Order: sequence, then C-alpha cells, then structure tokens
Amino acid sequence: MTRPEREIAADELLGIHGLHAWYGKSHVLHGVDFSVKRGEIVSLLGRNGSGRSTLLKAIMGAIATRGSVTVNGAEMAGRKPHEVARAGIGYVPESRDIFPDLTVRENLLLGQKAGGGGSWSMDEIFDLFPVLRTRADTRAGVLSGGEQQMLTICRTLIGDPQLIMVDEPTEGLAPKMVAAVGELLERIAARGVSILLVEQKLVIALDICHRLYVMGHGEIVFEGTPQDLTAAPDVRAEWLEV
Amino acid sequence: MGIDVLSFSILNGILYGMLLFLLASGLTLIFSMMGVLNFAHASFFMVGAYFGYALSGRIGFFPALIVAPVLVGGIGALVERYGLRRVHKFGHIGELLFTFGVAFVIEEAIQMVWGRSPQNFEVPAALDFTAFTLFGTGYPAFRVFMLVVSLLIFGGLALLLTRTRVGLVVKASLTHPEMVSMLGHNVPLVFMAVFGVGSALAGIAGVIAGPLLVTQPSMAAAIGPILFVIVVVGGLGSLSGAFIASLLVGFIQTFAVAINTSVADVFGLFGIDTAPTFLGPLFTDIWSVNVAQIGPVVPYLLLVLILLFKPSGLIGKRA
Repeated sequence: MTRPEREIAADELLGIHGLHAWYGKSHVLHGVDFSVKRGEIVSLLGRNGSGRSTLLKAIMGAIATRGSVTVNGAEMAGRKPHEVARAGIGYVPESRDIFPDLTVRENLLLGQKAGGGGSWSMDEIFDLFPVLRTRADTRAGVLSGGEQQMLTICRTLIGDPQLIMVDEPTEGLAPKMVAAVGELLERIAARGVSILLVEQKLVIALDICHRLYVMGHGEIVFEGTPQDLTAAPDVRAEWLEV
Repeated sequence: MGIDVLSFSILNGILYGMLLFLLASGLTLIFSMMGVLNFAHASFFMVGAYFGYALSGRIGFFPALIVAPVLVGGIGALVERYGLRRVHKFGHIGELLFTFGVAFVIEEAIQMVWGRSPQNFEVPAALDFTAFTLFGTGYPAFRVFMLVVSLLIFGGLALLLTRTRVGLVVKASLTHPEMVSMLGHNVPLVFMAVFGVGSALAGIAGVIAGPLLVTQPSMAAAIGPILFVIVVVGGLGSLSGAFIASLLVGFIQTFAVAINTSVADVFGLFGIDTAPTFLGPLFTDIWSVNVAQIGPVVPYLLLVLILLFKPSGLIGKRA
C-alpha cells in the first residue's frame, strides 16, 4: 500500500517530511519528520552532533537534501537559500556571521527585504534592544559577543520572517545576556512570529517553548510538550544529559 | 629634471594610474568574489578598445563610449553565468584555467575579425586639440578627457559601494556570501552583476585608451601583467590598496621614461667618471644603462619585493 499524500494542516507554517541530508558523503539526517505551526515556539534539543544545526541548514537549502520541506504548503526542496528566506523563513546561525566591517545600522539594512515594507521598522528593532541604537554607527565587529548575538537576531527579524530559526543563541554568553536573549525571543513571539529554537540550555528551552523535539543520531527521538519531557527522565538521560 | 618635465610626468602619471585603476578596481572586486585572479580581465579591456573602434566608425565616439562598455559588460556577465559558475565546483585551479582559456579565445577571436595589424583608432575630432599650454608645451584635450572620465567613474564607484544598499549587499557578499543569501539576497545574481560591471569598467578603459595606446591584438598581453602587479602590490582584494598601487605604478612608469639618468651619472656625482675596466665588459654595459631602460622592470621588481617582504600587499587583509 502506498502512503497517501501528506495532509498539510491549515495552521502549519513549516513542515518537514522524510528529510535526509548529507555532508559530503556522510549521511547526517535520516528521515526527519517535523512541523511548526503559526505563532508557535518550538525547541529542538539534543547533544552536539545530533544533527540539529544540519537540520536548520537543510531547511534553508544550504546543503544537499532529499525529502520534503514546505513553507505554508509550498514545496521548498531544491530551492536556493534566498528563495527560502523570501518565503518567510529567517535563520540566525550559531556562528552569528555579522558583517564585521559594516556598521550596526548597515547590518540591519542588509536584513531588510528589497523594497522595504516589512512589519518591523528600524525604530522598533532599536526599541527591542536599545544598545543597538546607541551603537548604530559603530562597526559591528567591535560589539561584544552578546551584542553581536542580539544584532544577528534583530537583523533576521527586520526581514519580517514568519518563522525565525535561532541556533544556540546563548552559546558563550554571560548569564545576564542569556536572560536578555530569552526575553527578546518572548517579545518576538508576542508579535506572532513563530520561533524554532535550537538550544542546549534546557532551562531556557523548556521555559519558553510550547512544544519540543529531541534529536539523536540524525533522527527525531522524542516529541512532546515541556511537561512531557519533564515526565520522561529516561529520554533526558539517554539523549540530553551529559 | 626641469619643472616642465616634472609637471607633465605628474599629469601623465595620474592619468596612467587612473586608467590602470579602472582595470584594477574591477579585477579586485572579481578577485574578492571568486578568490582567484581573472586572467581574462585585460582581454575585456582589449575587447572594449576594439568595440570602441568599430562602433566609433558607425555611431561616433561618444555613443560608442557608452555602448561598447555595455556590450563588454554583457559578455562578462554571460562568461560568469554560463562559464565560471559551472567551473566553480571544480575549485580554484579550474576557475583559473578557465579564465586563462577565455583570454586566449578572445585574443584569437579578435585576430579572426580584425586581423593582426594595429587598427587606426583615432582621437575623436571634438577632442583633438590642445587643452592648455604649460611651459611652452601643449597638453592634449583627449588626455584631459580620459582623466575626467576615470575620475568620474572612480567617484561613482566609490559612492555606489559606500552609499547605496546595492553597495552594502556587494560588500557583505564578498566576505559572507552564505549569510547574505540567507537574508534573502540573490547572491549568484550579485556575483554575475559584479563580474559584468567589472568587465564593463575594463571596457570603458579600453575605449578611452584605444586611441592613445595602440589598438592591436597584443594590447591585453601588454597590460595584463601590470594589472597583476597592481592587485598584488595593493593587497589582494583591497580596493584602496589597488588605488594606491595603480597611481604608484602609473608614476613609476611615466617618471622612468622621463628620467635620463644612467648608472654612470650616479657614479659621476662621486667623481668616478669612467667605468672600471677591470670588472669586464658586462659592467661597462651596465654602466651606460639609464633609468628609462630600467623603467619597465621596476613594477615587477616591486612585485617581487612586496611578495618577499609584505606578502599581504600594501593594504591587504589576505596573506
């Protein structure tokens, strides 16, 4: 019996179905199924090397994949990264990748879609994280790690994505900055932007998300709510705790 | 050297330097983008000169100054889109060899169409007069025109890169192409455009240099090595470095021609008037060499010295 065409739920924003991905010859993702609804905050947990960052790059079309990635029901597999971005997916990589020789304002300008008209103005972005306003004309390369992280999130946000995928935003940040990142994500969610958060710090991930997935060895090994995960010590021991 | 020779050498040095920068700026942008030198860049310069010559005869020099670079830019964009982009996956060696091949194809194609002998690309009548006279010597209006065109393009390019959103996208794409595409910008299109514009700049240089230098099939091979000296000395990938190096090489080459001092003159200052014969005939030959004869070697000597002592170039970021 053949499997029927997958039904796409009306409120589904991002849908991943049977996604495989490769880095050169090594097979990294082994048939991932996964979805994010409109307005939802979803956490993607797992140890280093479990395939979480690869999954984000695969969604963006930055690496070779097989399987299906849909955004609002439109198939994205085989599309180029800029096409996926224009379809409404924002990506904040773990490496941050600010443009160090450009100013903070120029970095943000590059995040805006051509023609402008997004729902976030430069002022609103500065209101989210006022330090960026005071440093608007500073070269981005001299910002602190935390400020650079805020800049990358804001730079993606100003492009008006429907879903923002954030890879390890609190990695290497001081505790105060970690709290600020968490707060920023909640304020973004309050505007109706969906968030896919890849995070190692369980506390933050559990605190703000509606639903979560745990990845291991390139597959989804657990799916549920934060409460479900709290009630499943065996999953935490096998796939999360070090 | 008299004040008259000095003045004209400075003018010609700036002129030649700016002309070289028209070529070097495109080459530098393309280098930053691809990571390899485009050996065909000087060929686009030559195509510009030939197109300029051919079109001048039909539509006049000034329309040709617009149309020829547009055509050259179009050819450049096609070479990137259907050539380089496909070769890219085979790595830098593949790209390098590809541009090398394109340079030969262009040279042969030009010989097929126009033959091997130089073309009679004349200074347009409207610019064939003396612009001003200094110390009793006239300076041709066409040279002033070349200088003005080069400066205008230099200014335009600087404004485009520093003041516009397109410039921001280009600058960011040169260093972080993946991130720029993830923000929704079509980076392959940007690269094609940069290659096209870079080729068009070489085309403009070709049209304005065609009447002054000789429009012939060897003109690409004559200017190509000098361009590589400029981008290496300036620092690979650095526009400001390329600007300084262009003027430097422009001055070296014009001043060298103007100076008649020989090795013998230098020793003459110290009271040694004849070549010491005990060192043999070779030394007697070196004795009579003058600066004008050494001139052509100086840029390459500069290249060797820079590579030995400051491999990143004057303002380079890459080693």
